[in-house]
Amino acid sequence: MQLIYEKSVNGRRGVMLPASDVPAAVALPQNLLRSESAGLPELSELDLVRHFTNLSRRNFSVDTNFYPLGSCTMKYNAKVLENAANLFAPLHPMTALLPGGEELCQGSLGMLYDLGQMLVDITGMDEVTTQPLAGAHGEMTGMLLVAAYHKAKGNKKKYVVVPDSSHGTNPASAAMVGYEIITIPTAPYGDMDLELFKQAMNGEVAAVMMTCPNTLGLFNPYIKEIADIAHSHDALMYYDGANLNAIMGKVRPGDVGFDVVHVNLHKTFGTPHGGGGPGSGPVGVKKSLIPFLPMPRIIHDEVSGKLEIQTDNPLSIGRTANFFGNFGVMVKAYTYMIMLGREGLIQVSEQAVLNANYIKEKLKGYFDLPYSQTCMHEVVFSASKQLAQGVHAIDIAKFLIDKGYHPPTVYFPMIVKEAIMIEPTETESKATMDAFIEVMIEAAQQAESDPDSFAAMPVTMPVTRLDETRAARSQTVCCLG
Amino acid sequence: MSEIYFTKEHEWVKVSGTSAVCGISDHAAHELGDITFVELPAVGKQVKQFEVLAAIESVKAASDIYAPVSGKVVKVNSELEDAPEKVNESAEEAAWMVELELADAGELAALMTKVQYDEYLKSL
Repeated sequence: MQLIYEKSVNGRRGVMLPASDVPAAVALPQNLLRSESAGLPELSELDLVRHFTNLSRRNFSVDTNFYPLGSCTMKYNAKVLENAANLFAPLHPMTALLPGGEELCQGSLGMLYDLGQMLVDITGMDEVTTQPLAGAHGEMTGMLLVAAYHKAKGNKKKYVVVPDSSHGTNPASAAMVGYEIITIPTAPYGDMDLELFKQAMNGEVAAVMMTCPNTLGLFNPYIKEIADIAHSHDALMYYDGANLNAIMGKVRPGDVGFDVVHVNLHKTFGTPHGGGGPGSGPVGVKKSLIPFLPMPRIIHDEVSGKLEIQTDNPLSIGRTANFFGNFGVMVKAYTYMIMLGREGLIQVSEQAVLNANYIKEKLKGYFDLPYSQTCMHEVVFSASKQLAQGVHAIDIAKFLIDKGYHPPTVYFPMIVKEAIMIEPTETESKATMDAFIEVMIEAAQQAESDPDSFAAMPVTMPVTRLDETRAARSQTVCCLG
Repeated sequence: MSEIYFTKEHEWVKVSGTSAVCGISDHAAHELGDITFVELPAVGKQVKQFEVLAAIESVKAASDIYAPVSGKVVKVNSELEDAPEKVNESAEEAAWMVELELADAGELAALMTKVQYDEYLKSL
C-alpha cells in the first residue's frame, strides 16, 4: 500500500476554492514564514477517502477479532458508553474551576463524585482522586502520596519493595519518585517469596508495591501477613489495580491491608485503550493519606447537599493532571458500572476467571504451564516445549496473526521463559474461545511437524515478518517531505 | 595473567592487578536474544558490588547489569552504544562493558570461578 505522500499529485485538490478577492488583513511577519513548502500531500477527496478507508480495513481491534493480550484486559467496549460520553461533550472543562462555576455543573461533578464513591466501595479505600490519566500515572501519583505521608511523619525512607512478578511499571514509578528498588524473587508457588520478603524488610522501606493477582495470574495467599509485616515497619502497601478485573466483589484491597490503590478504568471498566483511546488511573487511599491527595478535590457539603471544589490544601501533592483528568473516560466507566450494577460487576470477575481457567485446562496438554494451579483472570504458558523444535513464543504469536487473532502477550512476565500470557476477558463467548483453542493446538502440532514453516510467518498480512531487531537498533524515524 | 569470575546474575569480571573488566556471560547474551541497546555508566562513577552498573535491552527484555565487584568506573566500551550486536557476537571478549578500579579483592570470594559457573548453569 502506498503512503499518502506517494499518492500526492502536484496541484490536485479536494476542494476548489475561488481566488480570494479580499486583501489579507494582517500579514505574518516575514521571519515567521516558511522558507519552503510544508510538503503536504495533495489529493482529491475520493483518493483521500479511499486511502483512509482502506487503511482502516487493515486495522485490528476488539471490534474485529479476539484480542487475548494478557495483562491488558482487552474486553469489548460497549458502544452505548460512547453515546454517554458524547452527552457531556459540550461542557467546557474549565467550567467548574471558574468563580461560582460549580453551580453550573453540579451534574458533572456529581458524576465524578459518584464514580469516586463507587471505586471506594469496590476497592475498600476511603477516598479517591480521579485525576491520574493512566495506570502508570496513577502509580506515580500513589507513590508521591506515599512519599508525602512519610515526609509529613518525619520518616526517613529510602526503599520500595517490589516482587519480580509485579508489573514492570511498578519499579519504574517508585524510582521516578526517588526510591531505590528492592526486588523480591518469585517462590515456586508462583508469588513473592515470603521468607526473602521478611529478610528484605526494614525501617527504611517506604512501601511494598504489589500487583495482585500478579503477572502470573495468581492471587498471593499470604497477602494479609505481608501487609502486617509492612505496617510493622510503617511501610505502606500499594495495590496495582491493573488486574482488578479478577477480583471485583470478591476481595477488596482495602480489606486485606492495602493503603493505596490505582485502578485502570480503561481495563476493568470497559473503555477503549491501546490505540483506541486514552486511559484513566484513579487512585484510592486510606484515611491517613487523604490530606495529601491532589487538588482540586470535589467535596460533598453535607449541609447544602452541593458539591464544591477544594483547591487550597498545603499538604496536597498538588495537581497531577489538567482539570479533573480524562473526563470522557470517566463518563464511560461510570456508565459501565451503573449498567452492570453490583451483581453485574461480580459476574464480570467470575466470568473472566472462568474463561481464563477454561483456556488453561484446554491447552495445558499442548503447552508447558509453569504454574499449574487455578489461575485468576489470565493464564501464563511457556513455549519451552516448542522451543525444543526451534519454535519460539514470538513464532507462535506470528502464527496466530495469520489465523486472525491478536497474539497473547509474549515474553512477559519475564520470570517465565518464552512466556505466552493469555487473558480472554469475560466478554468472549465459549465458541470464540473454542476456535482460539483449536488454533493454538494447531500451532503446537505444527511446531512438531513442521517447525521451519514458522520462520516466514505472518504471510497473510500487508507486511510479512518484520525485522524487530533492526527496528529496535536503528531508531531513526524517517520523515518525508 | 587475568582470572575470570562470574555472578549468579550472569555478569563476568576479569581481574588483573587492580583492573577489573566486566561484561555479561555468553549464556546471558544468548538468553536475552538480539541485543538492541547497552546503557553504560559515566566514567568516574563509584559502584558497590551487586549494585546496578549498566542496563541492557534486547528484543525480548530490558535488564539491569550488576557490578560484580565494587570500584570506580575507569573506562567503558562505548563502541557497544553504536554496535550492541557485538554483545551477541562476543559477550565474554570483545563486548566487555566496563573497566572498574577494583576496590576490594576480597569481594571476589563471593563470585564463582568458570568451573563453578558452568556447574551453576547446568543447575538452572
